[in-house]
Amino acid sequence: MTLTDTLHTSFGTVLSYRIRSLLIILAIALGVAAVVILTALGDGARNYVIQQFSSIGTNLLVVLPGRAETAGSFPGAVLGQTPRDLTLKDAQLLGRLPQVRRYAPLNVGAAELSAANRLREVTVLGSNANLIPIRHMQLAQGSFLTHGSAYSAQIVLGAKIAAEFFPHGQAIGQRVRLGGNRFLVSGVLKAQGETMGFNTDEIVIIPIDYAQSLFNTTSLFRILVEAKNHSEINATKQAMQTSLRQSHDGENDTTVITQDAILDTFDRILRAMTLAVASIAAISLLVAGILVMNVMLIAVNQRTAEIGLLKAIGATSGDIRRLFFAEALWLSFAGALLGFLLGQAGSFLLRVAYPQLPAWAPVWASLAGILIALTAGILASILPAGKAARLDAVQALNKR
Amino acid sequence: MIRLTGITRTFQMGDQAVHALDAVDLSIESGEYVSIMGPSGSGKSTLLNIIGLLDRPDSGDYALDYRPITDLSETEQAQIRREKIGFVFQSFHLIPRLTAAENIALPLVLSGIPPNQRRHRVNTALQDFELTHRANHRPSELSGGQRQRVAIARATIMQPGIILADEPTGNLDHQIGAEVMMLLENLQDRGTTLIVVTHDRELGARAHRQIGMRDGKVLTDRRNDTD
Ligand SMILES: Nc1ncnc2c1ncn2[C@@H]1O[C@H](COP(=O)(O)OP(=O)(O)OP(=O)(O)O)[C@@H](O)[C@H]1O
Ligand SMILES: [Mg+2]
Repeated sequence: MTLTDTLHTSFGTVLSYRIRSLLIILAIALGVAAVVILTALGDGARNYVIQQFSSIGTNLLVVLPGRAETAGSFPGAVLGQTPRDLTLKDAQLLGRLPQVRRYAPLNVGAAELSAANRLREVTVLGSNANLIPIRHMQLAQGSFLTHGSAYSAQIVLGAKIAAEFFPHGQAIGQRVRLGGNRFLVSGVLKAQGETMGFNTDEIVIIPIDYAQSLFNTTSLFRILVEAKNHSEINATKQAMQTSLRQSHDGENDTTVITQDAILDTFDRILRAMTLAVASIAAISLLVAGILVMNVMLIAVNQRTAEIGLLKAIGATSGDIRRLFFAEALWLSFAGALLGFLLGQAGSFLLRVAYPQLPAWAPVWASLAGILIALTAGILASILPAGKAARLDAVQALNKR
Repeated sequence: MIRLTGITRTFQMGDQAVHALDAVDLSIESGEYVSIMGPSGSGKSTLLNIIGLLDRPDSGDYALDYRPITDLSETEQAQIRREKIGFVFQSFHLIPRLTAAENIALPLVLSGIPPNQRRHRVNTALQDFELTHRANHRPSELSGGQRQRVAIARATIMQPGIILADEPTGNLDHQIGAEVMMLLENLQDRGTTLIVVTHDRELGARAHRQIGMRDGKVLTDRRNDTD
């Protein structure tokens, strides 16, 4: 029996047991679709996070007080324990390193902003003019500390704050009060929306000295540093660590995190999550495989007389085996194909529902889903096909 | 030409051995018309299955066209079944999913004959057995006589030298049965060996050679003098 005839004949069999075939195909398809959609979700989340991180700024190094136990761990893991404060002096020291292009000290707090008979609580960032380029923020109007001195009382308003307080667009040059001090509005940020859970539209930025006196502190929350060269980011990190240790009496009590390390960590965690979720989905394919086996065993039973007849008219055991094998192959193939299409459709719907989420299933996942479905189907048919091939012709023929 | 010597086939039923065939010696020349008769359980079907290579004897020798075939591999036996032997069964054994034409084409498909040749040969067979207008009907849409005609067309599509029919008229009424026998006899007229197992004395008597079986043994072996 030729391969074409085997495939053609078994295709006909699949078609003639319509409901049975449809149910198996659906079972396999759901498994494959689950793999595709879940990996699309996982990989989408991963890409989303990476994209958000990159938008914070490239070549970025962050100095935080306290010592991290392991390199590249979460910033949150070292919060809370601050043996020695970071100071403006530390920041200036880092700014003098040859590998550093610019730095921005950072303090964060909350204060009441009042102007034009309005009053509201805002998040206050204290920094210098470098914060804007380092964090990839943009000014819609005006400037920040570029013309005045570091000690002039200037304030930059987030887009939404500016719109709230000065709905007619006349923010620049207005006077506002922040925590009892008077500031001159020198700039308005471009609306950017949320990045990494931080909405730059609802913040205000003031010079670091004003922030420190406002919050009554001499320490810094973070120092943001931009390296000159992305390729020298590790050397920069080392130079920064050395310099910080020297100024801290030889104590290793600060942590320098590169953006790459944070990205790597997130990347690894999210990849692992995607893989785990995909594996769980793949298990449903094994279940589908068992279903295929069961259905094929029933088919062999139902068609025993037919198998006997085929043997009587000259089919070899191999012919019979291949016929059942091909039947399972068609079912798995149709299931895998339908599952892939369902998965793509599902991912598409996800992207429509959550436009920020790049929910594209990675190619490896789609291939793996299809491959596992085919393998499960083929493996599952070995036993039934073998059983059919071994049937005794006379006994099979006489079976009712 | 079929030559059986000392063919024995024993089935184990629990702890009891059933001698379905007990040292059967039998020779059948090419082109002969043989009927096999005997009471139920006398071993007629077992004999036919062994001649048709569906079953293997426990002992004894079987030569087909002077070639010993008891020791051939399963695949070689399948090939002989495909090319030299055609089976006709009491219960037709048509595949319900397939049309009449597709059922008839099955042996050609198994032999790997290309589709265009298949179509031609199947059409000829459909004409020969007056089934052209039923070519695309499934077995469930055919009468008993039509079903058996499809089965005979399938058994002969490879132009085998031997037709083995196990009670081919058992499920048919008398007149239709006689028509089916005529078709088989026509094939024999053209040189095919025809071996028919039957309970029907009248049908059995039409064969040129009548074999009577009992308890797994050939009891009588008579030839019609008229031919
Ligand atoms: N697979 C089997 N297992 C056990 N016993 C069997 C088997 N096949 C046949 N027999 C026994 O062998 C004997 C001969 O059976 P066989 O089918 O050849 O009889 P038969 O002459 O064709 O009878 P019938 O006219 O009823 O078809 C019977 O006693 C039967 O019970
Ligand atoms: Mg019988």
